[in-house]
Amino acid sequence: MFWRLREQREQDLERELRSDLELEAAEQQEAGLSSEEARYAAQRTFGNSTLVKEEVREMWGWTSLERFWQDLRYGVRQLRLSPVFAVVAISSLALGIGANTAIFQLLDAVRLRSLPVPNPQELAEVRVANGDGMGINTGDNPQMTNPLWEAFRDSQQVFSGAFAWGTDTFRLGKGPGAHNVHGLWVSGSFFPVLGIPPARGRLLDSQDDHHGCGPSVAVISYGLWQSEFGGLDSVIGGNVTVQNRSFEVIGVAPPGFVGLNVGTNFDVALPICSLAALQSTNASFDRRDVWWLTVMGRLKRGWTLERASAYLNTISPGLFDATAPTGYQTSELEQYRKFRLAAYPAGKGVSPLRQTFDTSLWLLLGITGLVLLIACVNLANLMLARASTRQREIAVRLALGASRRRLIQQLISESLLIALAGALLGLYLARVLSRAIVWFVSTGSNVLQLDLSLDWRVLMFTASAAVLTCGLVPALRSSQAEPGAAMKAGARGTTAGQERFSFQRWLVVSQITISLVLLFSALLFVRSFRNLMTLNPGFRERGILLAQIDIHNFLNNGHISPTRLKPLQRELLDEIREIPEVESAAMSTHVPLDGSSWTLGFHLNDVRGSSKFTWVSTQYFETMQVPVLSGRDFNGRDTESAPRVAVVNETFIRQYCGGKNPIGKTIRSIAEPNYPAATYQIVGIVRDAKYANLRDATPPEVFGAAQQYPAEGPWGPIFIRSSAPMSSLISTVKDRLGRQYPAMQIDFHVFQTQIRDRFVIERLMAALSGFFGLLATVLATIGLYGVISYVVIRRRTEIGIRAALGANPGQILGMVMNEAGLLLLVGLVIGIALSLAIGRTASSLLFGLKPYDPLTLATSVGLLGAIGAVASFLPARRASKVDPMVALRYE
Amino acid sequence: MPKESSGRIELLQGTLDMLILRTLLFGPAHGHQIAKHIQRTTDDLLQVEHGSLYPALHRLERKGWLAAKWEPASKDQKREYKYYRLTAAGKKQLAAEESKWKQMASAIARVMWPAEEG
Repeated sequence: MFWRLREQREQDLERELRSDLELEAAEQQEAGLSSEEARYAAQRTFGNSTLVKEEVREMWGWTSLERFWQDLRYGVRQLRLSPVFAVVAISSLALGIGANTAIFQLLDAVRLRSLPVPNPQELAEVRVANGDGMGINTGDNPQMTNPLWEAFRDSQQVFSGAFAWGTDTFRLGKGPGAHNVHGLWVSGSFFPVLGIPPARGRLLDSQDDHHGCGPSVAVISYGLWQSEFGGLDSVIGGNVTVQNRSFEVIGVAPPGFVGLNVGTNFDVALPICSLAALQSTNASFDRRDVWWLTVMGRLKRGWTLERASAYLNTISPGLFDATAPTGYQTSELEQYRKFRLAAYPAGKGVSPLRQTFDTSLWLLLGITGLVLLIACVNLANLMLARASTRQREIAVRLALGASRRRLIQQLISESLLIALAGALLGLYLARVLSRAIVWFVSTGSNVLQLDLSLDWRVLMFTASAAVLTCGLVPALRSSQAEPGAAMKAGARGTTAGQERFSFQRWLVVSQITISLVLLFSALLFVRSFRNLMTLNPGFRERGILLAQIDIHNFLNNGHISPTRLKPLQRELLDEIREIPEVESAAMSTHVPLDGSSWTLGFHLNDVRGSSKFTWVSTQYFETMQVPVLSGRDFNGRDTESAPRVAVVNETFIRQYCGGKNPIGKTIRSIAEPNYPAATYQIVGIVRDAKYANLRDATPPEVFGAAQQYPAEGPWGPIFIRSSAPMSSLISTVKDRLGRQYPAMQIDFHVFQTQIRDRFVIERLMAALSGFFGLLATVLATIGLYGVISYVVIRRRTEIGIRAALGANPGQILGMVMNEAGLLLLVGLVIGIALSLAIGRTASSLLFGLKPYDPLTLATSVGLLGAIGAVASFLPARRASKVDPMVALRYE
Repeated sequence: MPKESSGRIELLQGTLDMLILRTLLFGPAHGHQIAKHIQRTTDDLLQVEHGSLYPALHRLERKGWLAAKWEPASKDQKREYKYYRLTAAGKKQLAAEESKWKQMASAIARVMWPAEEG
């Protein structure tokens, strides 16, 4: 319809102009001119009839749209003509946009986004400002004991409302269908103060949270309601089994609320008071030395964090005096009494993820930003090179009266096409990439749950930045061509256009610079990861299965009394050791490299020191293949009634015994709550092995015999070494123990997998930075190759003349290579300086090498230099083969 | 387009529309006739450029002030020209522009030749 109408108008106009022109000619003829002269005269008075048509068309109003469409079609045709260019341009842009969007999404999800609660900026977290030791900071985000929280709640006046919560793993359901879910212990004020409305039923309130409430009521998350209860309303008022106790479901939390721990969604929330009923003995509920609650509040109107902290500082002495734990020595108690509370911003929730991912994500964002930059520079360069081959066309069009605006419009529409395609592909890539990263960093035991809905703002930002740099710059620059100069330059084909050209050179230099930075950081992360992975921790990692028995549940349900723990441990180990595939088995209170630690103070002669303490069963050193250097291992005679013995590691001897043989000396440990003082005689020395973390140096370690543990217990995972496949070993052990102890809940972990899982961030950094480093190098290579090729084409005539005047191919090769070499050199030098400056920020993520590691720097410089040389050698060789006759005749 | 003669005056912006409307008050005419009429009436003082004439005609037609029709010239039955005719809206527009122009001209005159006015 539109086109028909348009066609008709076009014909109409044509006809009108023609008829008037003929009339004019006829009149001129009447005035006495010959018919030919009359026609020319008429045309003269009419002027440029094409221009007239153009202007009339402009009047019709749809020209701009039509032109745009025309330009787009023209752009598609142009791109089709050079598919390699199109693919490189679009895919590099898509990778840049996609990666940036993905990383920003992650950063936003774990770090920047506010909690989905009303007025999140009012929320503040209350923590011990000077807390160190005494059990603080042992879990995800625990900062208070329950008695301290209760004392705080009852006396504070800074918050209009305060609440506390702790995270836990709950066993949901009964029998074989039971499984672990993410649990929350919440104070009664948790939901009301946050201002969360229920999706169904009602949420917990202060009526539900009182001492002695027992197993009473539960709130479930929207996700759990949907997945486990089919979203049925009948769940309200029904019962759920948590930790083998029955709770009444009173409500469902709204879909947007997944808890305050970013990255870990809660499934079931129980009031804190129910904890007392679930833990029959030694409940953390009453313990003044177990820090497991996070406390937050809404600041009253007009209160700032500083003012709140100052207030908290004044009430702290009273709070800590009133809640001082028993069982510590005076010196520790003094430390406790000096603790001070302070307020911290909490509007974005708390997240252990934030601490672990923070530097990595910002670094990744920086890296992907650089990748986008390099992609844009590359694209700009390619576009410029393309535009310059069209220089004559542009000059001719300018000379014929085309407006600069029109030309820019056309050039931009081509970049717009590329940018659009790149952005679309980038959008897809962002989704894939962010999910892949979450999948990558989620481990079997800890699945990350992040809200990764696409952020349009980010996409728009990256895409428009890309369009601007990739499209506008080259378009503007090439349309600046002076018609006369450009046509002359094109005709003579010599070395004109030096200025435009040096802009391109700078682009290449910056590309090389950025690539070097990216390549260097990639190599740093890859090497650091390799260092971690190949590091010998001092014990065996392969072929070890961890069997974790939920002993609290076993105890709480009355299957065993706490005094029977030591015999049960012996029985279990005997049972497991009888399995034919099992080479050896042992129990330990500490799993190496899992990040946890247990420190005790002690006296050795007159020296007061502190050391890691671990209680292990017999065969532990054998199972883990930690060599006993001198003295003896624990054996069956180290029973509860025998004198207590200990094995120490090499660092312990170096630090506390002046390197002298300590065997026979005695250690007296300092008392802590639930752990009375005890004396141990050192009977053996083991080789140093890594303790909590691969990165840290081995601390002094004392091993005690588990059977001689000075209190009830201990309990820990059983380490089973076997060369059989882990899956079959798991089912064998499960069957065997299941027959003997049907009520026992056992979780199995493969030790090596567990260790590897702790290095997800390092692996992520190595994988992503490696990928981006490679990408950057490829892009820079393309850029260099493109520019040098372009130089050669531009100087074809000059080279031809030189060859005709007697320059040999070697000299021409040298000339071109010199030019490329200069670009490379400048880029590399700036790159080295930048790399050294930037490497500093990554230092906390590196292991076993310095951020200025010379070998890595030399390798990346060498690698990039070599690749750059090859990339410029190809066009240079082409230049050296220029046949003077052909080049000069080309005119 | 090159300017040929120094004796000619450039048309003031916006006046071409009014002149076209006024010309068509005598009856329908095609583009060439309109241009010639303006030129002749002003003793070739005002030269209507084709580059602005046709866009102006199409603009006026789009605004509904002109209507166009292909008709044979009365003399020559075979050849057809695009004849423009003033519509009712066009007549109203002409009146409006005329009074606006008159006001403008007298205003300018009062500034330029104050003595004559008094």
